[in-house]
Formats: sequence, C-alpha cells, structure tokens
Amino acid sequence: MTLSGNIAIAGVYEHPTRWAPDKSDYQIMGESARGALEDCGLGIDDVDGLFAAGMGMGVMGVVTLAEYLDLKPRYLDGTNIGGSSFVAHVNHAAGAIHAGLCDVALILYGSTAASQAMAIGTGGRGGQDAHASFISPYGLTTVGSYALVAQRHMHEYGTRPEQLAEIAVTMRKHASLNPAAKMRNEISVADVLESRVISDPLHLLDCCIISDGGGAIVVTSAERARDLAKPRVLLRGCGEAVCHQETGAPDLLTIAARQSSEQAFRMSGLTQDDVDVAAIYDSFTITLLVTLENLGFCKPGEGGAFVEGGRIGLGGALPVNPDGGGLSSNHPGMRGIFLVIEAARQLRGECGPRQVEGAQVGLVHGTGGTLGVAHSGATLLLTGD
Amino acid sequence: MAEIEHPKPFADWETRAYWEGCGRGEIVLQRCGACSKVQHRPRALCASCLSGDIEHFVASGRGQVYTFTVTLQNNAPGFREACPYVLAYVELEEGPRLLTNVVGCAPDAVSIGMPVVADFTAPDRDLAVPRFRPA
Repeated sequence: MTLSGNIAIAGVYEHPTRWAPDKSDYQIMGESARGALEDCGLGIDDVDGLFAAGMGMGVMGVVTLAEYLDLKPRYLDGTNIGGSSFVAHVNHAAGAIHAGLCDVALILYGSTAASQAMAIGTGGRGGQDAHASFISPYGLTTVGSYALVAQRHMHEYGTRPEQLAEIAVTMRKHASLNPAAKMRNEISVADVLESRVISDPLHLLDCCIISDGGGAIVVTSAERARDLAKPRVLLRGCGEAVCHQETGAPDLLTIAARQSSEQAFRMSGLTQDDVDVAAIYDSFTITLLVTLENLGFCKPGEGGAFVEGGRIGLGGALPVNPDGGGLSSNHPGMRGIFLVIEAARQLRGECGPRQVEGAQVGLVHGTGGTLGVAHSGATLLLTGD
Repeated sequence: MAEIEHPKPFADWETRAYWEGCGRGEIVLQRCGACSKVQHRPRALCASCLSGDIEHFVASGRGQVYTFTVTLQNNAPGFREACPYVLAYVELEEGPRLLTNVVGCAPDAVSIGMPVVADFTAPDRDLAVPRFRPA
C-alpha cells in the first residue's frame, strides 16, 4: 500500500491571537491542541505521536511539551529545520503512521515572538563559535540574507522592485478578507516602494510582519479520518530538501523547493497545472517569487512576470496564501504550520470570503533558515476528499 | 559611516590556518590532495570525497562581487552605528564565494561583477577579518 492517498490531515486549528504577552509558548500550544482535536472530534487520549519545534524550546523541547500536556506518546519528533519544520512534521508523521509507529499525530507550534520584542529580521550579531565566525563579523541580518538573493535575481533576470511589491500588495488584499489577520489595511505598490529600505533592495513592506501565534495539526490514516468530524484532506505527495553554501559556491537562485517539490509531484502523480491553491512561505516578497520558480510554476527568471496582473491573487490562475501570509496575517518566528492549516481549510471549503472556489488540489511549501546562507524546504501536495 | 565593530573570529583547529592567514594579509583556501577540489569554509576533511588529505594554499585575494546588499538597518550594537554598510558574496578567482563586506568606496558605487581585492582589518594579535575593496 502506498503512502500517497492513505494519510489524512484530520484536524487543524490556527490560534486567533496575534499579541499574547500574557501567554507562554506552551500555553499557546496547549490551546491550539485543544482546538485541533475539537476540530476533528478526537480527544487528547487518542494522541500517540507528538511533533513540535520552536524558537525558545531548547534541545529537548518536545519532551518539555509532553510533560506540559502530560502526554506519553509512543512517537516523538522534535525536528527543527526552521520555519518549514511543521511542513516536514506532516511528512514525518505520514511515514510514522504508514509504518504503524503511531496512529494519531499531533503537530504543535506556539510563540510570543512579537510580545517578547524579538528583532528577528534585523537583530543578529551572531554567535562566536568556529562556524559562526565566518558570518558574524559581517553584519548578516535575516533581511540582508534575502536581499542578497533579490539583488542577484534582479541582476540576472531584470526583476523589478514593482514586481516584488505586487506580491506584498496581493498578500495585504487577501489579509483584508481575513478577520484574524494582523495587517488588514490595503496598500499599493507605491506604498511598498516608498516604505523605508531595510536592506537594499528590500523595503519594510517587502518583509513579513512579526506577531505572536501558534497552531496545531492532527494527522492520522485516511481510514481512521473517514469517521471523524471534518472532511478529510488527503496527503498525495511530500518531500524535503536542504540548500547551503556547499563548499563555497552557493547558487542563491536554486533553492530547496526545487528538489522537495520534484519528489512531491512525482509521488502524487499531479502536475503544477492541477494545483488550485498554494500556501507558500513568504518571509519576504523575494522568498515567494523564487519559490514559485523553483516549484516549477514558471521558469527561472520568470517569477517577476508571473506575479503580475493578479495571477497569485484570489480569482487569479494560482491564488497564493489567501489568508494574507506572513507578509500580512501572522509570522510568529516560524510560520510553516499556518501554511498547512490554510491549505487544509481551503480544501475543506470553509474559508468564507477568501475561499478559493472549488479548490480540490493544494500545494504547501515551507522554507526554513535563510535563503542567502543555508535553508531547508518541505513540500506537500494535498487534495480534498 | 563608522567602521563595523564586530565580534572577533574564534578559530578552532580546523579553521586556524584560515584566520592566521588573514592575520598575515592572505586568503588561505583548502585543496583536497585526493580529488583536487578547492573548498571553503575550511574543515578537517574533503566534503566531496571525505579524504583527510587536505592541503592549504594562499589564494590570490582577487575576485568579483557575486551579489550584495546595502544594509540600512541592523539593530545589533557595533553594526547599528556602521549602517549603511555593504554585505556581499565575493567570488574568488579560485572559485569559492565568501560572505564578506565591500569597503573602501561609497555603498552606492558597488555593483555585481565589480572587481575587488581583499582588504584586512587591523590584525588583532594573530587574527584578522577579510573584507574586500574595489580592485
């Protein structure tokens, strides 16, 4: 029996908070667990696989989380490969369930990045070990790392700042339809270009927001999910990959999404043309643009033209991040879990004014780390039931 | 623009030859004795063939800008005061691309493909940090 089509996302929950100075990361995870289990009609006693990653959880975070929830699962996975971790957790949970190592996997994230005033994008002075010493003297910020990619993309392909700005404008338009989104006032291309430059060529409005938040996903077998409360969302294909500086010759425009999506598409038997809605990590406008190219929705260098004319907006050929993405809805440090949640809810047809009409096939792609130095990627292909 | 006041490099036994080379004003790279692959960053074995037969050699110090960004905001002390500064990848003549800064010219004078040459901060006893300036 193949894995493809036999694993289901049964329950999801996005914590509504965007600002939670009165909550701990673990509290947000606990409340999200409650939400996702209620969503599918399971109880905490049904959970026998626990998956989590976080920015402040420490090396044994998933063990601390198990203690917080008084859980004794028979499968633990604390994989942390950056913001894509939760997309990878779905992949790992699928493998574990398929192999009989657990039956009900609970994937959790919670963070108070905003209320703790983490300067995620522009705060890095770097560590002082032998590895970090090749980076820390130079003032690399997260924004700077992505700006290196954007500058190279503009040089090789003539990509224009207006094209990057259109991505931010589209995400904000989507967020205006999402009552939970943090930034809901619509913006124009001029607003993006007139916002201050953080790291050339990226402006403030090319960068994701910083919020608090969290979420949860319940994964089980397609068979078990059949009798649960909500329509099943079936996993059709998945893949992971990593890209880094190699031995000194990084190609900044070929990213992990290339490899991870090739496997996911192959496994699923689906093609790019089949995809009705996509949830793609948008830490920065350039992240989304190069990811679209590497996922095969357009050729390398064509991303700028691809995002023009409303193609990635609601009503366009490939609606991306109807929730408003990290650029406008929420970004509590690591965002991958929300990609899975939004894609699942779109395929269940429950997204109200931001619903992609008749969405049957969804693609999720998470990026973790920084594109300019080292990063991971994880892709899922999902279908409605 | 103030000079970047940056953390001093930490050299362990795998990376010491590189940082000591910088202290002498040289870019030191590694070549595999088994497969001839040039690699950076330095490590104890060849990442291509896993051979432990690693030799060091002095590179030319010349290269060109592969990509760059003018950083206008970095809230970390030491960098905040130095904004705007140029963060870049420089592709060396020998192949490897180094994350670095371009100094010695106005930030808006930097462009991709620009020829540059290594420029070292004042050595702190044995070690120094390589940056690049227009050739």
